[in-house]
Amino acid sequence: MRGSRVLASPLLWVAVLFAGLVLRTDELKPVLHWGFPGVEPVIYQRSSFLALALSHFGLVAGASGTAILVGVSLAVFVTRPAGRDFRAMVNAVATIGQTFPPAAVLAITVPIVGFGARPTMIALFLYGLLPIVENAIAGLEGVPRGVREAAEGIGLSRWQQLRDVDLPLAGPVILSGIRTSVTIAIGTATIGSTVGALTLGTPIFDGLVANKLPFVLEGAVLVALLAILTDMLFARLERWLQRGARQAISETGR
Amino acid sequence: MIEIDSVTKRFGERLIVDRLSLTVPAGGFCVLLGSSGSGKSTTLRMINRLIEIDAGSIRVGGQDVRSVPAEVLRRRIGYAIQSIGLFPHWTVEDNIATVPRLLKWPQPRTRDRVDELLQLFRLEPEIYRAKYPHQLSGGEQQRVGVARALAADPELLLMDEPFAAVDPITRDALQAELTRIHRATTKTIVFVTHDIEEALRLATQIAILHEGRIAQLGSPLEILEHPASDFVADFVSGQGLGLKLLSVRKIGAHMRTGVSAEGEPLNVDTSLRDALSVMMTRRTDRLPVCDAEGHPLGIIRLTDLVR
Repeated sequence: MRGSRVLASPLLWVAVLFAGLVLRTDELKPVLHWGFPGVEPVIYQRSSFLALALSHFGLVAGASGTAILVGVSLAVFVTRPAGRDFRAMVNAVATIGQTFPPAAVLAITVPIVGFGARPTMIALFLYGLLPIVENAIAGLEGVPRGVREAAEGIGLSRWQQLRDVDLPLAGPVILSGIRTSVTIAIGTATIGSTVGALTLGTPIFDGLVANKLPFVLEGAVLVALLAILTDMLFARLERWLQRGARQAISETGR
Repeated sequence: MIEIDSVTKRFGERLIVDRLSLTVPAGGFCVLLGSSGSGKSTTLRMINRLIEIDAGSIRVGGQDVRSVPAEVLRRRIGYAIQSIGLFPHWTVEDNIATVPRLLKWPQPRTRDRVDELLQLFRLEPEIYRAKYPHQLSGGEQQRVGVARALAADPELLLMDEPFAAVDPITRDALQAELTRIHRATTKTIVFVTHDIEEALRLATQIAILHEGRIAQLGSPLEILEHPASDFVADFVSGQGLGLKLLSVRKIGAHMRTGVSAEGEPLNVDTSLRDALSVMMTRRTDRLPVCDAEGHPLGIIRLTDLVR
């Protein structure tokens, strides 16, 4: 019963497909030769797909990790009495960060920090900040007023109010902002290849330049699979958190 | 127990509390009664420093509230509010245990205290300890809210319209429970409400607030019988002043001694309202009166009620 449920899970199949394509790309040679006769080589060769995937993942993890840290901290700050005045400003800055096309960010940052991973990280960080900040603010402000007043009135310190009441109650909303941000970042990271960062977008751009369609296809499929896989993992995490809460409820019995 | 001395609070240009002074003796049940905007909630919230005072001073148990950190002060003062504010992600036990845990009580002592409070509010610990707030009715939630306020056994309990959002029947039961608990524990209680009936029922001392000042301070009976101003008279009497008087007057002051009557006697502390109700149901115009030990004292007659 349990085994069949695991096999029926789309998450598993997407994960297997992604891993298979990254590690055993050569197996596709016959299919690609048939689909794109006359193109040689038909598989991207300049670096392994494993190296590209790891570098891609590392860029997203670094940029998104920073965006989560900064975004949630900013949201916490502007929802405290001391930071309330900065709320509109933080929101405006985050919105500008997302309105600014990542390609334009690259154009501006490359002259300053040089080519490679660094400008890509900066662009991804700025682009990913808004959904995290917005959701974290909404989540923290969604904590019922009565709950916050009671927490303060019975003697929780500011730090205890944040740790024991505000963050746990805002958690699900904050998590859904992170999910949106990270999923978008996985797709957007491909443009880092235009400034010399190693990503799954590298075969796409090389393929476009050299007019080799199979390279484009290989990169695009892998990026899409990685984004879908990550989104599914977050969905799983959200469900798991909710089920944790439900279980705690059902255990008490009615 | 509480000495509020010439306290003033402004929000911007608006004067909310205006040189207000009030003393609540230990064990007293003081109700701050007023319409919205009268400054009653602000006054209450200045006692545990949810709002800081602009001028004047407040002492609790002889100690200025500003001489200790706000959190330390608040953990010594129970606080219950209309919206209850139970932590939805915590069980009833965790909610009630909040302040004892903040005060680092040993675990067994906290657990015993939670059970003791659940029993005090007639919530079976085995059933309720592990429930979550959303599984409770409104009345049960407010009982847990008040239990949480009492958890660390504070000398002083502040309550801000705690029963305003529950239905009338539940409110009635909660008021009766609060009176019982007040008598049993001899806590000092400051209670904010705009509901006159509630104030008359609960208070040993009522402070009527109007525009940030005390319009009158006195026992429920004093306020009904001798309103200090037209404002107070209008505010408390409204409709049914006679019935309100019946509910705060005790039969002791209206009975006749040296006579006796048939039937189950009433305690001398019974209100005239209850005496009238008993007369109606027993279809009689006279009832015997006894003291707390059950010794006969005299009788009360229908005509005595209106004297």
